[in-house]
Amino acid sequence: MKQKKISFNLILGSVLLAVTLVPALIGLIWTPYDPEAMNSSLKLAGVSIRHIYGCDNFGRDIFSRIMAGSGITLLIAVGTVAFGSIIGTAIGAFTGYFGGIIDEALMRINDVALAFPSLLLALVMVSLLGTGKYQVMLALGIAFVPSYARIVRSEYIRIKNLDYVKAARLAGASDLRIMFVHILPNTRTVLLSSVMIGFNNAILAEAGLSFLGIGVQPPDASLGRMLSEAQAYMFTNAGYVLFTGCTIVMIILGFSLLSKEIK
Amino acid sequence: MKYVLKKVLSCIITLFIVSLLVFVAFSLIPGDPALSRLGTNATEAALASLRHQMGLDRPLAVRYFEWLASAIRGDFGKSYSYSMTVTSMIADKLPITLTLMLYSMVLMVIISVPLGVYASYKEGTAIDKVIQIINQITMAIPPFFSGILITLIFGMTLKMFTPGGFVSVKISPSRFFGFMFFPSLAIALPKSAMVLNLLYSSLNAEKKKDYVRTAYSRGNKSKTVFFGHMLKNASIPTITFLGMALADMIAGSIIIEQVFGIPGLGRILLTSIQNRDYPVVIAIIMLIACVVIVSNLLVDIIYKLVDPRVKD
Amino acid sequence: MRNFTKRFLVMLLIFAMTTALCACAGGKAGSADADSLITIGIPQDLDDSLDPHIAEGAGTREVLFNVFEGLVKPNSNGDLIPAVASDYSINEDGTVYTFTLREGVKFHNGSKVTVQDVKASLDKCAGTESGEPLVAAFSAVKEINTPDDKTIEVVLKESDTDFLPNMTAAILPADHLDASTQPIGTGPYKYVSRSPQENIILESFDDYWGDKAKIKTVVLKIVSDADTIVMNLEGGSIDLMARLSTTQAAQLSDKFDVYEGTMNLVQALYINNSVEPLNNTKVRQALCYAVDIQEIMDFVSDGKGTETGSSMFPAFGKYYMKELNDTYNTDIDKAKKLLAEAGYPDGFEFTITVASNYQQHVDTAQVLKEQFKKIGVTANINLVEWDTWLNDVYIGRNFETTVVGVDASTLTASAMLGRFVSDSGKNFINYSNPEYDKVYAEAIATVDDNVRTEKYKTCEKILSEDAANVYIQDLPNLVAVNKKFGGYEFYPLYVMDFSKLYVK
Repeated sequence: MKQKKISFNLILGSVLLAVTLVPALIGLIWTPYDPEAMNSSLKLAGVSIRHIYGCDNFGRDIFSRIMAGSGITLLIAVGTVAFGSIIGTAIGAFTGYFGGIIDEALMRINDVALAFPSLLLALVMVSLLGTGKYQVMLALGIAFVPSYARIVRSEYIRIKNLDYVKAARLAGASDLRIMFVHILPNTRTVLLSSVMIGFNNAILAEAGLSFLGIGVQPPDASLGRMLSEAQAYMFTNAGYVLFTGCTIVMIILGFSLLSKEIK
Repeated sequence: MKYVLKKVLSCIITLFIVSLLVFVAFSLIPGDPALSRLGTNATEAALASLRHQMGLDRPLAVRYFEWLASAIRGDFGKSYSYSMTVTSMIADKLPITLTLMLYSMVLMVIISVPLGVYASYKEGTAIDKVIQIINQITMAIPPFFSGILITLIFGMTLKMFTPGGFVSVKISPSRFFGFMFFPSLAIALPKSAMVLNLLYSSLNAEKKKDYVRTAYSRGNKSKTVFFGHMLKNASIPTITFLGMALADMIAGSIIIEQVFGIPGLGRILLTSIQNRDYPVVIAIIMLIACVVIVSNLLVDIIYKLVDPRVKD
Repeated sequence: MRNFTKRFLVMLLIFAMTTALCACAGGKAGSADADSLITIGIPQDLDDSLDPHIAEGAGTREVLFNVFEGLVKPNSNGDLIPAVASDYSINEDGTVYTFTLREGVKFHNGSKVTVQDVKASLDKCAGTESGEPLVAAFSAVKEINTPDDKTIEVVLKESDTDFLPNMTAAILPADHLDASTQPIGTGPYKYVSRSPQENIILESFDDYWGDKAKIKTVVLKIVSDADTIVMNLEGGSIDLMARLSTTQAAQLSDKFDVYEGTMNLVQALYINNSVEPLNNTKVRQALCYAVDIQEIMDFVSDGKGTETGSSMFPAFGKYYMKELNDTYNTDIDKAKKLLAEAGYPDGFEFTITVASNYQQHVDTAQVLKEQFKKIGVTANINLVEWDTWLNDVYIGRNFETTVVGVDASTLTASAMLGRFVSDSGKNFINYSNPEYDKVYAEAIATVDDNVRTEKYKTCEKILSEDAANVYIQDLPNLVAVNKKFGGYEFYPLYVMDFSKLYVK
């Protein structure tokens, strides 16, 4: 019984991600229509065989835009998580390993940063850095650093007193070598699951920022940006809003189902 | 008592650090606020006088401490965009956002607790599974999309409220509260799913504990054990989560205010960020920091009172 | 059990805290229900200034039009009618304008308008004290005299028979010249209160000298998110909204009357003429050739709109030059050739900064981006808030290009053309052409109307041939009015007259 349920989550998660991510990946190279090509005769056209999700207010093919848009959203998520986890790991490793007053100070700032909702932190960052694809990546990345730093730090504190680390130190290994060759590989399980969660949070945060109009700039399509544009045409083309929103939900649901299984 | 003092002190230090970071960060942004007020063809004398008036001609450290001194007295200066004080602007908007948060907190409890308890009580049955599936999906809906869906279903199809039709409480309290129900629901829904999930799994974890078995073996009825013992213990992590959800709700309300066109704190924060009206941005960030830090402090202190084993 | 109760108390405490805060801040009593009320949607908050002499935003001025009046004011035909003055005369060579103060005109604060108030207001515009005129056109004023307590004389440095439109400058109480926080004027509506990003409330002025406003309270609701305009209208939270896009208007139900007029502005891709490579005339001309105006109109307003070939819109009548629309007809090859001549055979990249609250401009920018692609030019769009736009683009002049509509504050050719003089404070595109400056100066100095008109037309032609901007169109103005209300009137200027509105 239990076994059956696990595979159900796994299958559903994989299916959802396949349905959303495969088009997104293909969208990086090829889309059925140019996502930016306008056509006045197709303004807000409904669902048809040629345009399976219909068209937006510029007659742009919504399906192509969702393909391209999820690509940008995913790209930002990857960039954000990579930035956040690498910097966060470095900070967490040093503070956790060495401790001391710097550790105290950094962790105090970290605690404050963690208490803030990440969207708010990203908002502040965006107001300092400006809007645009890469700025959003950086802003979200910075906002994500504290959570990784905290997780990695506590792992280092736990591991640094284990016997094998002590042995390595006695054998004359340098601090840097111990930190990155001996301890880092042992934090991977914890790190991996937080990367998965972080990925989801990054997608949500990007969509949120772009939805608020301070993320990705038009005519770039990102899922959040598209959703906020689609909102204006809820009366005439509800499909626009629904297809875009459901894509976000499917991606997030897919990832959370999968990460549940990995745990 | 010593513990409380220590905690309060550390909170004050934290707030101080936050204010310093925020103030310095926003002061270092390139661009001269005076120049952007007056334009490029402003005379040097006019610029200098405006800079003086805005206090920009003094060193950063001096400006910071002056700002801090007046901020402690509740004076956050004047908005660049509006000829009014930041404090009066915030005082105008705060009640709206607080209502939104409080409302969604209540909805969250009303939705999640009965469902979570019921699902756990019926663990393994079809009803449990249905609740679980719906819950999983709800959790994946971002607040802005839940807002749009609610607008689409309750606003446009069922005509239960007017999308974008925010009414100030001063004009009509009943219409105000009627309208606010829907944005609050949009914030509460995804969060309720999380609470439900937490309650459900902690209830299920309780089931396996020894005391439950003991209670059963003493011949207690299933219902008594469930509601009399387990629920109480399982509530603890749930209530903690509710407390922490406060910070998340601030973020949620920023987005939801945008979806529903509510002129609250989030709307002001957002436009001030875009308009680079930094006195307002700094004040709102500090306000949120205060709420977050103080509520953490209170939780810490009361935990200590409840359970003296909590480490210092 | 005990443990649980205590933790529950923690929660309760948090609740109590928030409730208490709510209660202290929110407990204001509701005001009495007004007899009649209309809620009008406006696309941006009035955040430049509430001071009528300083406010630059057309959106701000169209609201302040109802609060302030000058000695004369425009009616819906564009003719100037006496307002705070009951009568006026101009001497023959156009150097002295004499106004007779209207009897019994009162300010919103109840005090009577005196010649001192008028003089103080006009002096403020002319910058008599500071030496810097606050309103550019007032640099022509030599002095303002008040020979008796009924007469005001405006003496000009040089003869100008076309100066009267500038006398629409608002009259404020002499002891309350700073209107930035509490505007006090003589108009049919008085300012009551504002709540940032929420609304501005006006109330009819009972002691108004002319036809009193028919609706007691006007709430101007800020609908900065263009995406929610239709929802707001349909849901009944706003009764009137001007400048809808055709897509928005098409979504409205039959609860609304949709009136069609023109916005009375020149929408263009305004180019900062002082940045590389846009300072090159050939580059700007190439951009002009790349643009297909009909296509823009098709996307933005279902083909509606009036093409403009220079900085002048059709409501100006004799000054508007239809023939300039054909200076640049879409010609991709020619555009590419010009780019190659200018040294950019592979195109270049630039940014279009657009205020996000104006849907038509945002949409236009997106269509332009696509059109520029065809000549290998990459345009990036940067959406900003209205206030940021005002500060960065209009005042700070820190931009490459922007799509916006420029309107006229008065129906004088100089209101449109004056800003392109090299040293004008409003010359946000940094246009600099000595020939233009010369012709414009001549036009101003000319007394003969026909000669003057010709000179102004030469100015328009220079702007067009120089491709100072990529001129697009005068946008159609679709105004949605809930059928419960009537009396909406179009003006040839960018204003809205609330006082004519009534409940059906």
